[in-house]
Amino acid sequence: MLVHLINGISLGSIYAIIALGYTMVYGIAKMLNFAHGDVIMVGGYVAFFALASDKFNLPAPVAVLLAIIVCTVLGITIERLAYKPLRAATSLAVLITAIGMSYFLQNSALLLWGANPKAFPDMFKNAEAIDFLGAKISPVALVAIVANIIIMIFLTLFTTRTKVGKAMRAVSEDKGAATLMGINVNFTISLTFAIGSGLAAIAGVLLCSAYPTLMPTTGSLPGIKAFTAAVFGGIGSIPGAMIGGILLGVIEILARAYISSELADAIVFGVLIVVLIFRPTGLLGKQIHEKV
Amino acid sequence: MSKSPEVKLVNVPSPNFVPEKDLGKPLVLEAAHLGIDFGGLVAVDEFNIGIGATEICGLIGPNGAGKTTIFNLLTKVYEPTRGTIMLGGKDTHNMTPSQVNQMGIARTFQNIRLFDKLTVEENVKIGLHNHIGYHTLAGVFRLPNYWKEEKKAHEKALELLDIFGMADLANVTADSLPYGAQRRLEIVRALATGPKLLLLDEPAAGMNPSETEELMNNIRKIRDEFQIAVLLIEHDMNLVMGICESIVVLNFGRIIAKGTPSQIQGNPQVIEAYLGTHRG
Amino acid sequence: MKIFEKASTASKKAFLNYGIVILFFVIFQTLVSTGNISSALKGQLIPIACYMIMAISLNLVVGISGELSLGHAGFMSVGAFTAVIVSSSMTNSSDVSSLIVSIIVAAVIAAVAGFLIGIPVLRLNGDYLAIVTLAFGEIIKNILNCLYVGIDEKGVHFAFNNPAALAMSATGKVIINGPMGAVGIRKISTFIAATILLLIILIVIQNLVNSRTGRAIMAIRDNRIAAESMGLSPMKYKMLAFTVSAAMAGAAGAVYALNYSTLVPKKFDFNTSILVLVFVVLGGIGNMTGSIIAAGVLVVLPELLRKFSDYRMLVYAIVLILVMLVTNNEKLKGKIDTFFKKLRMKLSKGGRK
Repeated sequence: MLVHLINGISLGSIYAIIALGYTMVYGIAKMLNFAHGDVIMVGGYVAFFALASDKFNLPAPVAVLLAIIVCTVLGITIERLAYKPLRAATSLAVLITAIGMSYFLQNSALLLWGANPKAFPDMFKNAEAIDFLGAKISPVALVAIVANIIIMIFLTLFTTRTKVGKAMRAVSEDKGAATLMGINVNFTISLTFAIGSGLAAIAGVLLCSAYPTLMPTTGSLPGIKAFTAAVFGGIGSIPGAMIGGILLGVIEILARAYISSELADAIVFGVLIVVLIFRPTGLLGKQIHEKV
Repeated sequence: MSKSPEVKLVNVPSPNFVPEKDLGKPLVLEAAHLGIDFGGLVAVDEFNIGIGATEICGLIGPNGAGKTTIFNLLTKVYEPTRGTIMLGGKDTHNMTPSQVNQMGIARTFQNIRLFDKLTVEENVKIGLHNHIGYHTLAGVFRLPNYWKEEKKAHEKALELLDIFGMADLANVTADSLPYGAQRRLEIVRALATGPKLLLLDEPAAGMNPSETEELMNNIRKIRDEFQIAVLLIEHDMNLVMGICESIVVLNFGRIIAKGTPSQIQGNPQVIEAYLGTHRG
Repeated sequence: MKIFEKASTASKKAFLNYGIVILFFVIFQTLVSTGNISSALKGQLIPIACYMIMAISLNLVVGISGELSLGHAGFMSVGAFTAVIVSSSMTNSSDVSSLIVSIIVAAVIAAVAGFLIGIPVLRLNGDYLAIVTLAFGEIIKNILNCLYVGIDEKGVHFAFNNPAALAMSATGKVIINGPMGAVGIRKISTFIAATILLLIILIVIQNLVNSRTGRAIMAIRDNRIAAESMGLSPMKYKMLAFTVSAAMAGAAGAVYALNYSTLVPKKFDFNTSILVLVFVVLGGIGNMTGSIIAAGVLVVLPELLRKFSDYRMLVYAIVLILVMLVTNNEKLKGKIDTFFKKLRMKLSKGGRK
């Protein structure tokens, strides 16, 4: 039981890191960035080539850093090329564009790197499983949990204590008013995409370490689940993404272990639906009333 | 200015009064001890009103006094925290906006809420919705009843639009109308639902004096022709004093004065609410 | 001709759509009977008609009712697997009557699913509604992955997540085998049946939209609060649109399924829902003609691009993004409009010379 719980928290931590990207982008740009899951996949591939190819064979921290840099640049580029021209468009138009971007990334990966799954190298070869109250925790699980906690603390401090972080919150409240206050809205949105994509790279490496098969579609289902986690916690809310992610991971692992691995995803989505029935804007989401 | 002759207000068994001509007829609306809180804030409290069958009543007060909130309470956009609303003698507790509309209360909105992408005629037909008598399946299979009822609705819509001289605009989309025409269309649409009480939220906003004058005549005409009551929120005092038989003044969510136009005009509390007190 | 002049613009548009569908049928039927069609494209004719139905039925929810649904394929799969079961249990009936009964039962079951799902879904707004429809689509797929159905002389047997629980006699035959999907399906769908279904559904949607009910649905879409204050119940009309749309997707699923000998639940995943949504958006929200054309073109296009098989999905993605950018960005839109205006002026000048 304890093993499952810890594995659940670990998987949930990965979901939470991805969900943070969804939630921050949604909070600022009010758009569902469906391509976010595929940025994870790109991060996975970059790290894979940096670690495994004979040419590079880089040490793990450098590989992770490289993945973060590539994904950050990718995130900013996607935003500039595809989403920025649509600031004034309907949310449906932006959604379809994001879906197009997701197809684009998946199919580019398919052409560049092929459809065959790649075995992601074990970055923690030398580390041993840790014994915690009789349960064996894999090093990846521990790293994921620790990474999530560090990221949470960093993001909370960033959005509440720094000037740029406060600007970010201002833009998400009211874009027009933020502009009038002299905040550079375009820069702030780009920064949000950069942070979200950098986090996606970290999540990609963690995901591929925990489940070491890498394919062009690797990011798709975790992406959707992380998105579910973000909605679950209340989209737009940073602590919500973390709670949503961890709960989702725990529910998924427990369902897989005790109920049915076939139905685990159905149970995860079922819980989301039940939560939304009772809290229509998620666990920590803000209730918005239309002014009459 | 075509001022209505001042009518006499008489007391009825509740703490309200109605015009003498409506005495003996049941009240269309009676609200007692009505109130609503938003969070901890008391937005409206102890609101009491009784409206006679063919009364034109004005609801006035400074900005933020809670006038539109009262409309939202009466039409059940908000569920009141306290008090009761009786429509035609029936308590509207736990009813939805669509249910109270079917009981005979229709409204317009301060920030115009038309069905923008639909035509003027379609907007009115939506008001007529519950009076168009064919089943969804009759519509899908174009049964004779569909053609008959649609024809009837078309004629009725044009007839209503004609009151405001808008019949020739029937086929343009609502969002292409000028501002004043949009306000008039909202009134026609509300009227189409067949109300016993019409709530008008700032009907003259953005209108010039001649348009306002025409609007006053039309409000009177509607009341006389359809024998309905009207409750209106308005900042244009010429309109309010010109057509209202009774006036309720609201400030900080509470009624500070009630009476005939001349009683209100001379009320020191009302003057204070609008102009503020002299300090010192 | 006088009747046509008198007809409103709405009914003119409706007749244009019937014309397009009939033309589509006549062209392809001629191509098929004269043998001028590739076998790959011939195999796509029934699916194309099904996707057209999917597109217009989703447009009823997204365009007319204004709710973003990301799980439309779920209803298609409910209809598809219902039809497989119904047709397999009607082995003694003729193909035509089996097909008709299968379609009707599939539509009814999908409508029931739509109604039940609609109860929680339609209480939500905007993006929350979208994510929950997505969730339901995935749940339906997961449940079908666990469904085992067999048939023997005693009748139809169902089992969930445990094929052994079917407990069939020795002569029994498994027709739905969990994640392996349906096998040995009766291939009784025909192009003409698919076209007739498409026509009927188009008539139902267009008549519905141009009626009291359709006006109510659109009024709620345009301004829910005003519609409520006009005496309309938003839940009732949203539910009506959602359920009718689900029933239509179910009917499309039935015709689709009975065109193949095997079918897996994975065929109706999130990507299929998105594909149909793309038809709706590219065809124009609320525009039924657009949905039909977009569905036709976008199903045929990848077939035609088969030569570039490696690149076709990449090209598809790029085209999708570019179309969205061009049609939704005011600056780009303006530039393209002036370009076409200039082009037209040049052409008309050239013509005069």
